[in-house]
Amino acid sequence: MNTSVFRRALAFLRNTWRGLTSMRTALVLLFLLALAALPGALLPQWSLNRRNVETFYDNHPTWAKVLDSIGAFNVFSSVWFAAIYVLLFVSLIGCLVPRSAEYLRQLRARPVRTPRNLARMPHHAEGTVPLPADEMAAVARRRLRRWRVSENTEEDGTRTLSAERGYLREAGNLVFHFALVGLLITVGGDQLMRYEGQKIVKVGDEGFCNSGTFNYDSFDAGLTVDGTNLSPFCLRLNDFDVRYLHTGQPERFHADIEYQAGESLENDNWKSHDLRVNNPLRVAGDRVYLTGNGYTPVFTVTFPDGTQRTKRTQWQPVDTTTMLSQGATKFDRPGMSNEQRRHDNQLAITGLFAPTASLDGKVLSSRFPALNDPMVAVDVLKGKLGLAGGRGQSIFSVDQSLIDSGELNRVARENLAVGETIRLDDGTTVRFDGVERWANLQVSHNPFQRYVLVFAVAVVIGLGASLSIKRRRIWLRIRPSPEGPGDDAAETTSRDEGTAGASVEIGGLARTDQAGYGEEFTRLADELLASGAESSARGSSETNSLGRSS
Amino acid sequence: MVNQALSNLSDMAFATSVVVYIFAMLLYFAEFASGKATETAERGAAEPARATVGVGGVATQEPPARPTVGRLEPEPRKPWSERFGGMAVAVTVLGVLVHAFSLVTRGMAVGRVPWGNMYEFGSAICLVAVIAWLVVLYRQSRSIRKPTTAPKLRGLGGFVLLPATLLLFLSGTALYATASQLQPALRSYWIWIHVSAAIVSTGVLMFAGVASVLFLVRLRSENDPARPGGIGSRLPSSQVLDRFAYRATVLIMPVWTFAIIAGAMWAEAAWGRFWGWDPKETCSLIAWIVYAAYLHARATSGWRGTRAAWINILGLAVMIFNLFFINIVISGLHSYAGL
Repeated sequence: MNTSVFRRALAFLRNTWRGLTSMRTALVLLFLLALAALPGALLPQWSLNRRNVETFYDNHPTWAKVLDSIGAFNVFSSVWFAAIYVLLFVSLIGCLVPRSAEYLRQLRARPVRTPRNLARMPHHAEGTVPLPADEMAAVARRRLRRWRVSENTEEDGTRTLSAERGYLREAGNLVFHFALVGLLITVGGDQLMRYEGQKIVKVGDEGFCNSGTFNYDSFDAGLTVDGTNLSPFCLRLNDFDVRYLHTGQPERFHADIEYQAGESLENDNWKSHDLRVNNPLRVAGDRVYLTGNGYTPVFTVTFPDGTQRTKRTQWQPVDTTTMLSQGATKFDRPGMSNEQRRHDNQLAITGLFAPTASLDGKVLSSRFPALNDPMVAVDVLKGKLGLAGGRGQSIFSVDQSLIDSGELNRVARENLAVGETIRLDDGTTVRFDGVERWANLQVSHNPFQRYVLVFAVAVVIGLGASLSIKRRRIWLRIRPSPEGPGDDAAETTSRDEGTAGASVEIGGLARTDQAGYGEEFTRLADELLASGAESSARGSSETNSLGRSS
Repeated sequence: MVNQALSNLSDMAFATSVVVYIFAMLLYFAEFASGKATETAERGAAEPARATVGVGGVATQEPPARPTVGRLEPEPRKPWSERFGGMAVAVTVLGVLVHAFSLVTRGMAVGRVPWGNMYEFGSAICLVAVIAWLVVLYRQSRSIRKPTTAPKLRGLGGFVLLPATLLLFLSGTALYATASQLQPALRSYWIWIHVSAAIVSTGVLMFAGVASVLFLVRLRSENDPARPGGIGSRLPSSQVLDRFAYRATVLIMPVWTFAIIAGAMWAEAAWGRFWGWDPKETCSLIAWIVYAAYLHARATSGWRGTRAAWINILGLAVMIFNLFFINIVISGLHSYAGL
């Protein structure tokens, strides 16, 4: 009883395994994978573009909720996507292991024996050669020297050759599939060990060190990264320059940076690097990319008591073609000992910045992304900014709820060119001093990347080999001609009389796809028959000359 | 920076090549349509033989008899289909030359690779597809041992030129972009490697997809002998068409794989990661998976033939979707179409 249950369970498992590793299942899984990846391409993804997902939420609130709950905005980390590719790779491995064993067995095996009826092969040719069967077999062997050949003599003295070639096809096939598994493993490993940090760096700042995650504006890392063991290096931005074509299309971004890593961290040596798009800095096992840029309007606030504060806060481009930017530069009022009063007297300068101003009445927009005629259109807000409220807030905006609740009020609205000033009712002045540039740097760490590349190269090579090499067989059956003298006679008389010959029958079979073997087979069969005739001619001329000399 | 004269010349050559291709396409269709009488006879003879006949097959067409010296005798007139076909090939070659000239002058006008935006990309893909067609014809004309396919194949030129001309027309109108410099992200030697591999694969896969469509049309008429005539009956045998589709796909699959990997390597240098599920990356992978499914289907019993052909067509559909929809409609990192 027990054993039968056990057996049934075993049979069930075996059948499931067979089903899973069958080609048909693999095909279905391939389709499922393609289908499952499709929403990842069509729908906005949280990981790629949050703003697009939010727009989608605004436009189709109900749909978005449903889609989000099934992970359609997070396809590539969803359970169902993972389930499909895990199943596919299990199926793949289940197919690969027995195939590898089979391949190793085949590598040692001799080519299969010549079938009885070669005329039934997909490729077939026949002819006669003026050579005895043994010599023809030798000729054929020479011609087929790059093939794996096994030779046989049948009972009636007929010689047969079986030859096979293209064993590398299966090798390529196995390499390709194993490399895919390797690719999956290395990409997975990389996901665990990677990190990526974003940092806005302003020209002339003292610089930034990859010493901890707190130095970054945003930091995203794999599970095994706790932020304590980042690759040590420091860098600073000396200059940043963008050139635009007259159309407004950027021609080049160029960040002149300096960095230290390894020993130079100790001795304060800085090396320079010309950081551009397509030219990242590779240092200490990490890569540093230039991924964005923008403007920093500089404001100086002079408070009624005469104290001045100058702030450089980066503003965020809202339109990358004109570099119209928005942001919020926030000031604490100095010289107020009462914390409550200080917090209620904060200032924020928010609004728009245009590198090349274009005014429609008082409405500011930007005509061109380069810094030709900078202007800001700002609201000066006074009141409570909520900076100490414990809630994180964006450096690019003020907390709207504080404006709504009346704790933060607009006290001025003005357009300012460089050097112009607003005077507030309480005597505070706000001056627009000028503009500086900032660059967004991305630091990436992908320790498995090089192994991914190795497997990717193996994928291409394996695929190329498995698709271009044909596994094919050719068989020859060489029968001594019935009309000539007998076998034994042929051996002795062929040279002198030239009457002995053999009829040759050739069959061919492509073991994989038939496509393309036809031409090769035809050529090969022709050559075999011709070389038989040729070597016979050469043989007889040799004997003639020998005869004469003796 | 942009040489306007050369750019204008390129535009003119582009327009000319479209016209020339349309003319060639009409000639091919004329050959295809007028070749009916010979087709039926030939079909009867060719059908039972395997498509991969070896030594047994000998070219059946006798070369036209030469006029004997001294006697002025008019050469025997070639059949109309033969004439149309010959002209069509000549016109196609002319079209390719003008088309290639258009791309080269475009590249010279802007001093960079001539595949920096959707217009140039589409144009280059068509050039590859048409050249692939000419290569097939050339190989065909060399191997005299395949009498079953040789004469029929040429008439199919129209089916290659039809999608190519459509894509060209679309590129030249809706996708047209004036000659200009590349944006910084595209300024890399990778544009030579990645984009050219993508162009070649797309062009050849387009060719393979057309072969699969024709295969299905042909199969329908083969399975339904009650309906003589029609397009299907004039096509080469389904075996030949299937083999074309397969060989083209097999040839180009490693190139397409390479194109994706080269893209990943470029992305590593330009965007800071080798793979980020950008819509274009995702869709390229989907196309790759579909073509992988096609290759597997060819090796799975019950999936060969019709089903495999549909998969190949699906692959082409994904490629076209990837080319247009992803670049134009969906915002991703590949959306620098100059639109």
